[in-house]
Amino acid sequence: MKSVQFAAKFEYLDEIRDFVGEIARGGGFSDKDVYNIQLATDEAASNIIEHAYENRSDGVLELSCGMKADTITIILIDYGESFDPSEIPLPDLKADLSDRKIGGLGIFLMRKLMDEVHYEPKPDKSNVLTMIKRKR
Amino acid sequence: MDITVQEFKHCDMIAVKGRVDSSTAPQLAQALEAANDGGKYKLVVNMKDLEYMSSAGFRALLAAQRNSKRYNRGEVVLASVPERIREALELAGFTELFKTFDDPLQAVGHF
Repeated sequence: MKSVQFAAKFEYLDEIRDFVGEIARGGGFSDKDVYNIQLATDEAASNIIEHAYENRSDGVLELSCGMKADTITIILIDYGESFDPSEIPLPDLKADLSDRKIGGLGIFLMRKLMDEVHYEPKPDKSNVLTMIKRKR
Repeated sequence: MDITVQEFKHCDMIAVKGRVDSSTAPQLAQALEAANDGGKYKLVVNMKDLEYMSSAGFRALLAAQRNSKRYNRGEVVLASVPERIREALELAGFTELFKTFDDPLQAVGHF
């Protein structure tokens, strides 16, 4: 596993996507999978920056990523407000334009694009989000 | 990300280049709002040179579509959507909310 720390700011999303993209590409994922792994990681990091660290400028985001056999594991750790993705209602994708909800889309994409998404608030006040995808 | 606006007789074309994420989506939202504020509600978003778009970009498009379609005064259509981005839009159920065109001029001709 390779690990890197980022200040929890949107301006680092480019670097966050590059970090996981390089490992996924090196691990032999297709271009389509690499894009989707980057998208899921971006959505996860964006949610942490926007919700876990809402109104805080000193937040830290720890990102770890590695390949094992045909599986990529991505772990994002934050120390902000706990924010369980599984408690967020899924967006109604059939809703009309006027009823379409703005929230929940990022989490929906994370779950659709990755094989597994786990979220665990730890006793030391960290929140650990783990995403897994296997090569097909 | 880079945005250029081109005015046509019956619509405006907003070309978006590069990557749209939570960091850059506010600029896209602003460009779309500026068009609406200027009385332009028939909009083509040209995605030919778009490399990446997260849900932050989808939300900006959705807000613009709502505002543009109000009172039947117009709509936002998408042109030259790259495959990866189209797949993500489809997954999010957004392809039903926007007409899409392979060619930007075909999209302009729609208005």
